[in-house]
Amino acid sequence: MSETTKATGKLIGEPGGGPGAGNGTVDILRHWLGVFARQREATILVVAVALLLYFSLNNTSSFVSNANFSNLFSAIAAPIAIIAIGEVLLLISGEIDLSVGFIFTFSPFVMFFLTTYYGVPALLAIICSLIFGLLVGFINGFITVTLGVPSFITTLGTGFILLGMALTMSHAQPKTIPPATVTLGKYIGTAAWSQFIWAVILVAIFHVVLTRTRWGLYTISTGGNQLGAREAGINVGRIKYGNFMITGVLGAFVGLQSAFYNNTIDPLAGGYQPMFYAVTAAVIGGTAMLGGSGTILGAFLGAIALATLIDGFNIQGINANAIPIVFGVAILLAMIANVQLARVRERGRA
Amino acid sequence: MTSQPQEWQTAGSGDDVLRVEHVAKRFGAVTALIDINLRLARGEVLGLLGDNGAGKSTLIKIICGFQQPDSGKLIVNGQEVTLKSVDHARSLGIDAVYQDLALINQLSVYHNMFLKRERVRGPLLNNRSMHDAARRYLDQMGINIKSVDVPVASLSGGQRQAIAIARAVYSEAKILLLDEPLAAMGAKEAAIILDLVRDLKQRGDVSIIMIAHNYGQVLEICDRINLLQHGQITLDKPSRDTSVQELNDIVVAEYRRALEERQRSA
Repeated sequence: MSETTKATGKLIGEPGGGPGAGNGTVDILRHWLGVFARQREATILVVAVALLLYFSLNNTSSFVSNANFSNLFSAIAAPIAIIAIGEVLLLISGEIDLSVGFIFTFSPFVMFFLTTYYGVPALLAIICSLIFGLLVGFINGFITVTLGVPSFITTLGTGFILLGMALTMSHAQPKTIPPATVTLGKYIGTAAWSQFIWAVILVAIFHVVLTRTRWGLYTISTGGNQLGAREAGINVGRIKYGNFMITGVLGAFVGLQSAFYNNTIDPLAGGYQPMFYAVTAAVIGGTAMLGGSGTILGAFLGAIALATLIDGFNIQGINANAIPIVFGVAILLAMIANVQLARVRERGRA
Repeated sequence: MTSQPQEWQTAGSGDDVLRVEHVAKRFGAVTALIDINLRLARGEVLGLLGDNGAGKSTLIKIICGFQQPDSGKLIVNGQEVTLKSVDHARSLGIDAVYQDLALINQLSVYHNMFLKRERVRGPLLNNRSMHDAARRYLDQMGINIKSVDVPVASLSGGQRQAIAIARAVYSEAKILLLDEPLAAMGAKEAAIILDLVRDLKQRGDVSIIMIAHNYGQVLEICDRINLLQHGQITLDKPSRDTSVQELNDIVVAEYRRALEERQRSA
C-alpha cells in the first residue's frame, strides 16, 4: 500500500511520467488536477463556471439565450474586466486608482465637445479621448510618485475634479452621440458582443505583458520589494507612472464603449461603482492588496463571476438591494483565504 | 582643482581597481562620512569593520552609485568617475549585495538572478534560457538550490544571500561590495557564504569589499582590514598583522573614551 502511494507521489511530481504505469489514466488525471490546483486562477474559474451552471439550470428559458449572454458578458462583465486590468497592474505595483470611474465618465464628453464644437473628425476625437485618459493617468502618477501623495488620496481628489468637470461642462444633462462617430462606435461598443471581444483581446495582451515581459517583472518587483527593486536598478517611479497611464487609457476606452452601447453620453455614467466592481473582481480573482502579486486572467474570471451574479439575480427577480451583501461576503472570503494561505506558506517555510 | 595632478601621482599604484579619495557625505545635520580614503587591489578581499552607524553602509552605497558623495572622488581602474546611478556603476563592473539583498520574494530564483539583465526574445522574456542558465551557473558555483523555479521567499537566509552574490558575480562584477553577508546567519549558512567568497578569491578576477561584525570570520577570509569609526578610517592593516584581540581593544578603548567624555561633560 505504502509503495503504491510512493509511486503515485513520484508520478505527480514528474510530468509525462503517467503512461506505462499500472494505473495510467488515474495518475494522469491526478497529475493534471495537481497542476490545475496550483494555478491561482483555478478557484475563481470553478466559481464562475459553477455560477453560470447554476443559473443555466435553474432559469434555463430566460438565462440561456444569446441576448442574455451578450448582456451578461458584453455589457456587464466587459467594462469591469477592462478596468480591472489597470487596477490589477496598480495593485501589484502597490497603488490604486479610485479616479478611473470618473475618467470613464468624462472621456466621452471629450469626444462630444471636440466633434460637436470644433468639428474634429471622429477618429481623431476618439483618439483624443484616449489621450485624455492617458493624461489623467500621468497626473495621478505625478502627484503620487513625484509629489509623494498616497495614491488613495491622489485619485480620490482627481476623481472628484473629473466628476465636477463632467457635471458643469454638460450642465448635468446627457448628450446624444455625435452622428459622425456612430460608424466607429459600432466597433467600439454598439454592436452585440463587441465590448466582450475587446475585453478578451485586452485581457490576453495584458496577461502576456504581466507574465512574460520586463514591464510585468518590474511591476511585480516594484510592489513586492520597492527598495530592493530600486537597488537592483529598476526605475520604480516610471513603472508606477506607466501603470497609472495604462489604467487611465483603459478607463477612457470603457467610457466610450459604454456611451456607444447606451447610445447616450451621461454625466452620471461611470463613477465609483465600476471602479469598485473592478477592484472586487481583482481581489476575488486572486490579487492581493499588499502588492507584488496578482493575476489579470483571475480578475477577468472574477468580473464574469460578478456579472453572472448581477445578471442572474436580476433574472430571478431577487431584490437587487441584496447583491452588495453577496459581493461583500465574496471579497472578505477571498481576502481571508488569501491572507491565511500566505500565513500557512510562511509557517511551512520556517 | 590645482591639487589634482599631485593626487594623481599619489594614486599611481597601478594594481588598485578602486580608490576612494577624501569622500564626505552628510545627511542634513548628520555627518555620515568625514574624509574617507580607501583603496582596493585587484583580487583582494578587504574587510570593512566598524560599529553600527559608523558609516559603512553609506560608503558602500556611494561606491555602488546608489548615493552621490558631497565631495571627494572615486577612481575606478585609474579613471576618475562620477557615478550617476546603480546602472552606471554596474556598467563599470561595480555591483553591491545589500543587507536586504534586493531580492524580490514573489519572483522565481531565475528571475531574481536575471533582474535588470533579462534575456529577451523580441518583447518577450526568454524564460527557458534564463532558467537553464541560472541552473547551470548555480551548480557551477556549488550553490545548492533544489529548483530555480520556486519563489525566493521559500529559501533559507544562506541560500538567499548566495543567490544575491551569484547574481552580482554572474553579471561580470569585478568589484563586489558585500554589506554584512554573514549577518543573522547560522554557522552552516555562514559557511556557505564564506566558501563562496573563498572560491571567488581563488578565481582572482573579482575584488571584494566585505562589511562584517565577526572579527574572527573577517580575519580568516580577508587580506586586509579597514576600521571605520565616526565617518573616518582609523586603521588599515593586512589581516596577518592584526588580531581579534587588537581589533577588540581598539573598538572597546574607543567606546570607553567616548563614555568618559560624556561623563566628564555631564
